[in-house]
Amino acid sequence: MVSYRTPLGQARGLGSAKHGASHWVAEKVSAIALVPLVIWMVYAVLQLAAGDYGFAVHWIQSPLNATLVVLTLAISFWHMHAGLRVVVEDYIHKTLTKSALLLLNLFVCGLSGALAIFSILKVALGAGVLGA
Amino acid sequence: MTEASSTPRERPVSPHLVTGGLGSPLLWRWHITMWTSILHRVSGVGLYVGGLIVAAWAISLAEGPDAYATFKSLLGSIPGKVLMLGLTGAVFFHLASGVRHLIWDSGRAFDIKSANAGSVVIFAFAVAATLAVWGIASMTGAL
Repeated sequence: MVSYRTPLGQARGLGSAKHGASHWVAEKVSAIALVPLVIWMVYAVLQLAAGDYGFAVHWIQSPLNATLVVLTLAISFWHMHAGLRVVVEDYIHKTLTKSALLLLNLFVCGLSGALAIFSILKVALGAGVLGA
Repeated sequence: MTEASSTPRERPVSPHLVTGGLGSPLLWRWHITMWTSILHRVSGVGLYVGGLIVAAWAISLAEGPDAYATFKSLLGSIPGKVLMLGLTGAVFFHLASGVRHLIWDSGRAFDIKSANAGSVVIFAFAVAATLAVWGIASMTGAL
């Protein structure tokens, strides 16, 4: 394959980073996955809002519920990161501010997603002494 | 050619914002597709907060009954319910608008007529689904 890029352009590393499409595809794939998951989540919230702590523990100890909550959380936080990243890149053009906000977005999504998933697993895998 | 002496027709003004001179009505107007475009992003940012609330729910559940009761009383308060109502609307708006984006990604429904009709459907779905969910919530004791 012949490269049509100039030697100077190659040396400066200009041009496509070769992974632009994967970001776009990942956002779209997470969007498709979230369509059924979010509809299920609304149904789940309706049940959980009507119940107390014991009900929530009992509910989360069902393998199907625990799995779907963890999947919804993981894919949601991925999608949240991808979405807000585009917002920051669209409106913030100062390199330092932009970099700081992109890092903050990544860390907030990573930390809260990990905390949420670990919390779900802790309750789901717990002995259920406190719960129902 | 015989009308060469007649007055030239009115030219567009620049910037092209008004129909005529100063004080005349705005030529620029809101389109429903502008609303859906802007609200898709706004609802997405709102749901970012919603995602953090879901994380807080999971953490409070793992903390124990007291933390869980505090979490539920916060969301059950009037400001909490207003927030949840807004988030319900944001969920259904972003869901419907997101599905439309996926349809657009397949190269379909790009013409103005479909874009306008789709926007009406998205708003109608978001309002209807939000009302339905809150109706169900009020009947099942979730409120």
